[in-house]
Amino acid sequence: MITRVDVEHIGWLASIKIEDDEKDQLVEQFNSILEYFHQLDEVDTEGVEPTYRVVELSNIFREDVACPSLSQEEALRNAPRRENGYFKSPRIV
Amino acid sequence: MLMELKEQLLSGSAEEYLSKLFLKIERSSLNGFTSLARESALQQAREFDKNPGKGRLAGVPIAIKECISTKGIETNCSSNILRGYIPPYDAHVIQQLKAEGAIIMGKTNMDEFAMGSSTETSCFGPTRNPWDHDRVPGGSSGGSAAVVAGGEAPCALGSDTGGSVRCPASFCGIVGLKPTYGLVSRFGLIAYANSLEQIGPLTRTVEDTALLMEVIAGHDERDTTSAEGKKSYLPIKEGVGGLKIGIPREYFGEGVSKEVERAVWDAINTLEGLGATWKEVSLPHTKNALAAYYVIAMSEASSNLARFDGLRYGLRPGEDKDWHTTFSDIRAKGFGPETKRRILLGTYALSAGYYGRYYLKALKVRTLIKEDFLRAFKDVDLLAGPTMPIPAFRIGERINDPLSLYLADVFTVPINLAGVPAISVPCGFAGHLPVGLQLIGRHFDEATILQAAHTFEKATPFHERMPEVV
Amino acid sequence: MEDVIIGLEIHVQLNRLRSKMFCGCSTDYHNSEPNSHTCPVCLGLPGSLPVLNKKAVEFGIKVGLALNCTIEEETLFYRKNYYYPDLPKGFQISQYDFPLATRGHIMILGDDGVERDIRINRAHMEEDPGRLVHAGTIDKAKYTMVDYNRCGMPLLEVVTEPDLHSPKEARAFLDKLKSILEYLEVFDGSLEGSMRVDANISLRGGDRTEIKNISGFKGVEKALSYEITRQKNMQRRNIKVVQETRHFDEIRNITVSIRSKVGAHDYRYFPECDLVGLRIASWVPAIKAALPELPDAKRKRFVEQYNLSDDHAKSLTSEIKVANFYEAVAARAPPKLAAVWIADVLKGELNYRDRTVDCFSQEHMAEIVNMLAENKITEDGAVQIIRDLLDGRGSSPDEIVRSKGLGKIEDDAVQKAVREAVAESADAVADYKAGSERALNFIVGVVMKKTRGKASPGEVHRLVKAEVEKI
Ligand SMILES: [Mg+2]
Ligand SMILES: [Zn+2]
Repeated sequence: MITRVDVEHIGWLASIKIEDDEKDQLVEQFNSILEYFHQLDEVDTEGVEPTYRVVELSNIFREDVACPSLSQEEALRNAPRRENGYFKSPRIV
Repeated sequence: MLMELKEQLLSGSAEEYLSKLFLKIERSSLNGFTSLARESALQQAREFDKNPGKGRLAGVPIAIKECISTKGIETNCSSNILRGYIPPYDAHVIQQLKAEGAIIMGKTNMDEFAMGSSTETSCFGPTRNPWDHDRVPGGSSGGSAAVVAGGEAPCALGSDTGGSVRCPASFCGIVGLKPTYGLVSRFGLIAYANSLEQIGPLTRTVEDTALLMEVIAGHDERDTTSAEGKKSYLPIKEGVGGLKIGIPREYFGEGVSKEVERAVWDAINTLEGLGATWKEVSLPHTKNALAAYYVIAMSEASSNLARFDGLRYGLRPGEDKDWHTTFSDIRAKGFGPETKRRILLGTYALSAGYYGRYYLKALKVRTLIKEDFLRAFKDVDLLAGPTMPIPAFRIGERINDPLSLYLADVFTVPINLAGVPAISVPCGFAGHLPVGLQLIGRHFDEATILQAAHTFEKATPFHERMPEVV
Repeated sequence: MEDVIIGLEIHVQLNRLRSKMFCGCSTDYHNSEPNSHTCPVCLGLPGSLPVLNKKAVEFGIKVGLALNCTIEEETLFYRKNYYYPDLPKGFQISQYDFPLATRGHIMILGDDGVERDIRINRAHMEEDPGRLVHAGTIDKAKYTMVDYNRCGMPLLEVVTEPDLHSPKEARAFLDKLKSILEYLEVFDGSLEGSMRVDANISLRGGDRTEIKNISGFKGVEKALSYEITRQKNMQRRNIKVVQETRHFDEIRNITVSIRSKVGAHDYRYFPECDLVGLRIASWVPAIKAALPELPDAKRKRFVEQYNLSDDHAKSLTSEIKVANFYEAVAARAPPKLAAVWIADVLKGELNYRDRTVDCFSQEHMAEIVNMLAENKITEDGAVQIIRDLLDGRGSSPDEIVRSKGLGKIEDDAVQKAVREAVAESADAVADYKAGSERALNFIVGVVMKKTRGKASPGEVHRLVKAEVEKI
């Protein structure tokens, strides 16, 4: 069972602020969805390999060749805040 | 359709045709388009009128789902968090379309980040079903399907992670194809669940879908999951004589509306009448597909959507505080409730101690589901069943009950888990609402399902009907 | 210091590659404007996809083999999920289960003077994050600026077992690793930020702390020394050391706590499905066959082939450039003498000037060694020539010898001066005869004056003694 504390922790892990008044509803929804997921517990997967990707390809590479980059202006064009050619980020701590 | 349109454009005027479409869109209440590339599209149409060129889609306007990157045109996945983002590059499919002379007319509405089957989770509000404005068009490529069904665009591109092309095609009475995983480059497709999704066409006819596939499918070295080679689909082989069709037992019965079931069986009978044979087959893990699908999709989504932090692009309201607080606030404000729900659940499913129970387990179940299909395809050439268990539901009817919304994807998600191709074609009506027939093929065997769909379409009138009220 | 336990995670930029790990952006960004070496892929723009640089994998295998690791038959990439402004996708493409190389070892000289193997847990490939520029120090900055030029640089993360027991041993390990990487021609250590170290450190019985992202080998020594002192003092005051991540403040020379949230490290690793798997076992034999001679082997060969002392051989092989320089000189001049002069003199003079051996001509070095061997110059003269050449005073040894009159004078002239000096120094001779060994120094001084310093003092001492003994 997911609790309010779990929801808070998941919110922290996912970096999504969860308001107090949202928590109870999320707890309820998560529990009902997870309960549905728990049907997977019943499936016998003994000896079954996981399928990471459906198409079996391997060893796809590019050669070590340098190509033109975006200009500084193109790189920064969508940035909400910038300064002297840098993206401006909130302080770390 | 597109073949005739090309003739009409050559003898008439692309500019005039496009202007009429834009006028229609302006007066429309479908809310299918989120933005129009009016200037560049009209400019391109005028150039076509002067010099039509040789492109296979020369002069043909096309509508593009909001999650496909278009250089210089806002691409926002119908999410507030990406409002204002203008990509500096074109998706591979857009480059291919442009190379063949197609005209990008605008972007279409979708469920936020493709998370939904109703196009109701968009930050632009719901798109309406052209057949009944009180109903959803399906999703998540609801905008693309609605504008094609409503006559606002001759064709469109959508993306299909768990049914997002086929579901709206079915609800809106048009054709939609989910190609084999790896057939169409995902470069430029904004990821929701990257191991599941493919870009696919939404058109009025099967032939149009084949034409678009010829343009967008093929190897792209920028997508390492992209398959080698280039395939051709035109002309589509006609007739279904000798084709063996499998009817999955699990795709009928409980949860499937009687009217849908009847329309689909009528279609199977039609195909039989045209020379195909059918037998019942079993895909025993179908019942576990939804759970496996949602675990995988949500897990991947939680990581794919981690980049939306308001630093390099997108929403950044208010004063900056410290990094974590600012970032968490932006994401709380920028994502809608369904997107947040999926990110949070996916985060949980991948978190320490739970990976084995959820993500890894789902990947193993995925193997079983894939094996179900491979086993069935030893006996039959294609599978047939309903695309959706029900016709289009009412706007608002399911949006507050996430689980009931997920359950509608029961027949579309196994296809994405297995990576096989599937097409939805109109096969009748439930009252005034269209019903879609889903034809599922072997990996990279789009040709066979196109052949069956095309033959069926030629023998039936459903694709000719247009919604009356627009 | 056996009670100190140190393990290192070293992020090595494979900066001899032309393009980044997963995109075509150039790796040559060091003197560029910020954010001028980016593209949709390394900027993490929505919809972009990574494609792996083949040569980066080859480089990784090379390093793995040189570190005596097993190269895994199949390897794949994972996503390491965490949020930081330098990480534009919100995850780093890295490796987790099935890394490229596992279970290796390299040898270092321990603090006890004995050489021993340090075990390597693994070496895996990943992408470098961007660079953060803080306005002030990390814990006081009002905001942070981000430059993604570095983002996506090909990295190899080398993880040791906790086999190191002092800052000095950590340094020795890093020196050895750097040496190997440069031998392999996959790495240029002279570029800023090319090697960055995370250090895990604990005192026996205590919890460990991790000091993140220390650049520079001196920085590693300083950070570890500070952290040992801090932990010891806490132990002494009976305060428990908490497991946490710390940052090394290079300006204040201290470590500061940066993340304290319990359970913060939940990276939610899962396979990166935008990249396909790698099957590389078949590549290994060819790469192995093409591996160059590595430092330890070269050192052994130098001892045998040139009859060098182990210390000289070690000094000459620690840097590939020096080793190559030495061998070029040894081909033209007496190898043993060349070893002494390159290892003991030239390297010191270069170090003092913070320069590398590339700036010194091999021909000049051979010429100097040959002149010494033929007794044409004194040792002091040779040092003078080396310094003059390094400081741009003079164009060749020969020219410097002539212009400064450093040529050693003829032996008979020295003999003559010795005879004269002995004849003129009766008192000193008497003192010597009376038992004062030191009295000879006076006579040597007279000879040096007569020869204006061009004679070798050692040689003169020997001749004076012989002359006096005759009396
Ligand atoms: Mg790392
Ligand atoms: Zn790049």
